[in-house]
Amino acid sequence: MAETRTAAPGLSTTTRPPTPGDAPRRTGPFVRGRDRVRYAVVMVLLTVLAVGFTAGILAYDNPMPVGSDGFWRIAELRATSVAVILVVAFCHAFATVSFQTATSNRIITPSIMGFEALYVVVQTGAVFVFGASGVAMVTGTTQFLLQAALMVVVATMLYGWLLSGRFGNIHVMLLVGVILGGGLGSLSTFMQRLLTPSEFDILTARLFGNIGNADAAYLPYAVPIALLAGGALWWRARRLDVLALGRDAATNLGLHHQREVIVVLVLVSVLMAMTTSLVGPMTFLGFLVAMLAYQLADTYDHRLLLPMAFLLGYVVLSGAYFVLRHVFYAQGLVTVIIELVGGLTFLVVILRKGRL
Amino acid sequence: MIELVDVTKTYGTETTIGPVTTQIPAGGITALIGPNGAGKSTVLTMIGRLLRPDQGSITVGGHDVSATPSLTIATILSILRQENHFITRLTVRQLVGFGRFPHSRGRLTPECERHISEAIDFLDLTALEHRYLDELSGGQRQRAYVAMVLAQDTDYVLLDEPLNNLDMQHSVQMMRQLRRAADELGRTIVIVLHDINFAARYADLIIAMNEGRITEMGPPAQILTEDILSRVFHTPVRVIEGPDGPLAVYY
Repeated sequence: MAETRTAAPGLSTTTRPPTPGDAPRRTGPFVRGRDRVRYAVVMVLLTVLAVGFTAGILAYDNPMPVGSDGFWRIAELRATSVAVILVVAFCHAFATVSFQTATSNRIITPSIMGFEALYVVVQTGAVFVFGASGVAMVTGTTQFLLQAALMVVVATMLYGWLLSGRFGNIHVMLLVGVILGGGLGSLSTFMQRLLTPSEFDILTARLFGNIGNADAAYLPYAVPIALLAGGALWWRARRLDVLALGRDAATNLGLHHQREVIVVLVLVSVLMAMTTSLVGPMTFLGFLVAMLAYQLADTYDHRLLLPMAFLLGYVVLSGAYFVLRHVFYAQGLVTVIIELVGGLTFLVVILRKGRL
Repeated sequence: MIELVDVTKTYGTETTIGPVTTQIPAGGITALIGPNGAGKSTVLTMIGRLLRPDQGSITVGGHDVSATPSLTIATILSILRQENHFITRLTVRQLVGFGRFPHSRGRLTPECERHISEAIDFLDLTALEHRYLDELSGGQRQRAYVAMVLAQDTDYVLLDEPLNNLDMQHSVQMMRQLRRAADELGRTIVIVLHDINFAARYADLIIAMNEGRITEMGPPAQILTEDILSRVFHTPVRVIEGPDGPLAVYY
């Protein structure tokens, strides 16, 4: 045992033998060289998979001869799906990892703050009030930006209010988030019950996150906004490392904890607004990729965690999309499958951990 | 010097800490003692700006802790709470490395590495520096946390019951290491202790608290009397002459 000591306790350190090999003692995100190698190997593998699935989505079962004009036309149409998958994977990965760091909790995800529920209420409300033509009222670039802005404002107000003053407590905020999410969900369910079957059908088609029904017109706005928010998180990565130590330790190390958490949560809400408005709710995708990234990267360093989570998200989404859409012709199932796998992982993790 | 002026903190309607007005001199070890609920930890966390006082002002080395930017305070004062639980898996060296954040903002320089190695060696963790915290015993982990605040290289170090969960051997070791940190590194250490005899043996100054107020303050020889201790701890205490000074007997 390393605990055994022959020297008198507390004596000066010169009695200690130097570290093996007398290599310069360094502090880094990885403990052993092979951890670094493993990280690199995993990243390379994920990149290969990502490239493979992308090529698959673009070229598989393309009826035109390769390289012809028609081939590129079809590939171009399919490229929109690739772009959407990129944005969704980026947003979910960055938002979930940062959120879990800011709240010092690796079980909860931004969805718990009632984002998806807010989205569903807006969509359902439009169809409920205006009938089937209401669907047209919640689609369109202006509406997209308005809806995103509404989400960010609501989230910022909620976090700002809850985290300042006497509610300055992350558990209270999460509780309110859960209740708010449940309340908004019930409201949507109530409205959905009063819809006619045809209206309900149109609504359901929009509500299930669907890469196919994302509007390409949103992309020119969603991509730069997501990049800006993600870039801001990336720029704060070293602070995120400290933030993960929790409130007391982070404050001791000189972070203004409350301010940092609010900034991170606002950026997270921007990212979540982008992806939710684009493809609808995907509750467990973020959880799945964040969990896998923690396991595979096994480091505290967010500058290594974030890219891995993003790549994982892209591989999971594009892989599922490619296999289900192009091989089995069942693209509607993409989110269902991911939610099933993600949800099961969530349950397993909770049961194994035994607490939140 | 740490200076508190009329510091109060109210929990609910019943419990009030303070008003506390006192000065803790720079250098040496100052021990806060008192029964449960006396407000020792509350005062310590308020000095360490983890808890905002309702009223009053606290200055550490001339800096007002609530008005000075947190990052500046982090280069003057470090504080370690009782419970430390991290969601990330860290090795001893990575944890101690975080102590350098106020100086390096996460970009470790060769000087940082030197400080980190010194702090690790100082607490006898050299052989364990690449072990994960969850692979260590409670005592080793406690030493790793202390190494982190030492690596922070601050003049003032506040520790909330660092002897909690430590057995006899490790308690003695920890106190000797803190004594050395005060003597050799010139740190000012303020520590919450439960065992009056540890305070008597290792501290230069003892502050006794009761029901949210400071009731006694002085060097160990002055505090270690049957009269004062019985009053502070609400239990009969006898003081006998031990080999290294007076000993409180209350069992």
